Amino acid sequence: MSEVFDEEALRAELAEDRPPHAGPWSQLGAAVVTGLIGVAGVVGSLGLGLGRLTAPGPGLWPFVVSVVITTLSVVLALTGRRGTDTEKFSRASVMTAIAVLTLVLLALLLPLIGFEIPSLLLTFVWLRFLGKESWRSSIAISVATVAAFYLLFVVLLQIPLPRLI
Amino acid sequence: MDFLNPVVDGFGVVLQPVNLLYCLIGVVIGMLIGVLPGLGPAATIAILLPITYGVEPVSAIIMLAGIFYGAQYGGTITSVLLRLPGEASSVVTVFDGFALAKQGRAGTALGVAAIGSFIGGTVSIIGLTLLAPVVAEVALDFGPPEYAALSLFGVLLVATVGNGGRTKSVIAAGIGLLLATVGRDTFTGASRFTFDSLNLADGIDFVPIAMGLFGLGEILYNLEERHHKVQAPAKVANVWPSRHDLKQSRGAIGRGSVIGFVLGVLPGGGATLSSLVAYAVEKRRAKQPERFGRGAIEGVAAPETANNAAATSSFIPLLTLGIPANATMALMFGALLIQGIPPGPQLVSEHPDLFWGVVNSMYIGNILLLIMSIPMVGIFVRILRIRPAILAPITVLITLLGVYTVANRVFDIFLVIVFGVVGYLMKKFGFEPGPLVLAFVLGSVMEKAVRQSLLIFGGDVTGFFTRPISGTVLAALIAVLALPGVRYLMRRKSAARDKELV
Repeated sequence: MSEVFDEEALRAELAEDRPPHAGPWSQLGAAVVTGLIGVAGVVGSLGLGLGRLTAPGPGLWPFVVSVVITTLSVVLALTGRRGTDTEKFSRASVMTAIAVLTLVLLALLLPLIGFEIPSLLLTFVWLRFLGKESWRSSIAISVATVAAFYLLFVVLLQIPLPRLI
Repeated sequence: MDFLNPVVDGFGVVLQPVNLLYCLIGVVIGMLIGVLPGLGPAATIAILLPITYGVEPVSAIIMLAGIFYGAQYGGTITSVLLRLPGEASSVVTVFDGFALAKQGRAGTALGVAAIGSFIGGTVSIIGLTLLAPVVAEVALDFGPPEYAALSLFGVLLVATVGNGGRTKSVIAAGIGLLLATVGRDTFTGASRFTFDSLNLADGIDFVPIAMGLFGLGEILYNLEERHHKVQAPAKVANVWPSRHDLKQSRGAIGRGSVIGFVLGVLPGGGATLSSLVAYAVEKRRAKQPERFGRGAIEGVAAPETANNAAATSSFIPLLTLGIPANATMALMFGALLIQGIPPGPQLVSEHPDLFWGVVNSMYIGNILLLIMSIPMVGIFVRILRIRPAILAPITVLITLLGVYTVANRVFDIFLVIVFGVVGYLMKKFGFEPGPLVLAFVLGSVMEKAVRQSLLIFGGDVTGFFTRPISGTVLAALIAVLALPGVRYLMRRKSAARDKELV
């Protein structure tokens, strides 16, 4: 029994770093989202045509899979509400949102003005504002990173990245 | 001794300077990411997938394999020194490893772990060499029903054995299977779930999914507050274990090798489970089990040996059946497909240079890792001081620019971002991305096998159960799935009886 005990003590300690769990509504929400995916799959596969078991149509396999997803989502909604494996969104989640924004910005700007300036901005924002590095090291590291990428991708590997210079 | 010829030829492949170099690169990267908490081997392999496009198949797989087993060596270092498991498979090492470090014996713990890993890895490679061709030979006769049963077995076992809720994992696997159907149906030519988008007409590529869910998803998840209190790593001295330490851990290393090899072959087993089992076995066998958790050297030797043995043996189902046993192997599967080499039983006979080249590279890789783990361990300890905040933007840039270079399509960058956000949300809501990626990889194989089987059986579904091999596999699957239910009922029964007694 004691090895289980040890393990749980460690798990508990490692779990301290995790934010509190988000409660029954998040479980229900997750079940609803996967359930909707399942239902959409069922509807889509019916539209494709199931065929017969002797001559399966294009929709048969996705139909079976979607039915499994939908059924299990209902099971999740009914039984999983007391689960503790979801995490609350916290103020730190705002950082993730900002991070995603910088990624989208890079993808949008890349074909227009090349990779150098968007990459520089991305590394700088991540270092200074998401990583809380100092101004000086943020500037130095982001410039060095982009320079290294330029050397690696453009000069050494000669990959046709869209670029300014 | 004819069967040894291709094995020997395989050494010829490994010893080419290029392949030696890729082996070295792979194990160094593996060691690094093992040392750095946060990014696991699956994430790293996902992020590096674009690089493999430009590399010879043998070299690419040698490198990726090196990352995988190299990470098992590196994960030990943070477990022992910082009480922070670098990899899930090194979690149990923390108990005794950190206790040893507190007693000033961190070096001993690392040394024994490295030697154990080396022995476990090598035993496992020998096992792989002997067993894999036999399995592949048998599997050559497998038809669609057997493949349908095996891939279902693989997907469901990975989903139910892995961490995270079972229901959620199976749902994730189902969504992976559904994503795999996007694009043109190979049987009828119908377009499925493409929403008339040209970008989706040929289906979703494996690379952006893997890079998004594993790579970017993990980075975004780690951004949130998980800033561990950084401790100064303990001083490492005396990495060479004494004769007494070695004698004490001899049995643990031997048993760990066997446990790791066996559990690594099973789907869903892999490195993490085998390290837990090996630790539990040593503790049960010990004359003074109370030593465990307070600095027993066997408590480090057993799990570290086992996880490395398992990392190696989990290549067997992939290379012989074409069924990945865990999420990292699913990435290997994808990497092989990128190279135009479908993994499966024909691999040993049709691409012996690749098969034996990769297998034999593991001997070299393990020797390199032993050298890096014992005399050079100080260098890797110093890397522990790099802050995760600096690494995050660099890995993100590698991911986004890397996926662009695959086909020079900005659409792929957006796909990675979308799947990155999905991966992040999955983790927040308690879904593991592993089963999804694995199911996605096996999706088209599985659908094809099921539909061909239906044609063979003339639409009779019971045919899956009456063929000996597919029937056995399905019966085993049902037994494994029913096990927790049976256990639950028995526990309730005994609980009820206890109540009656009171």
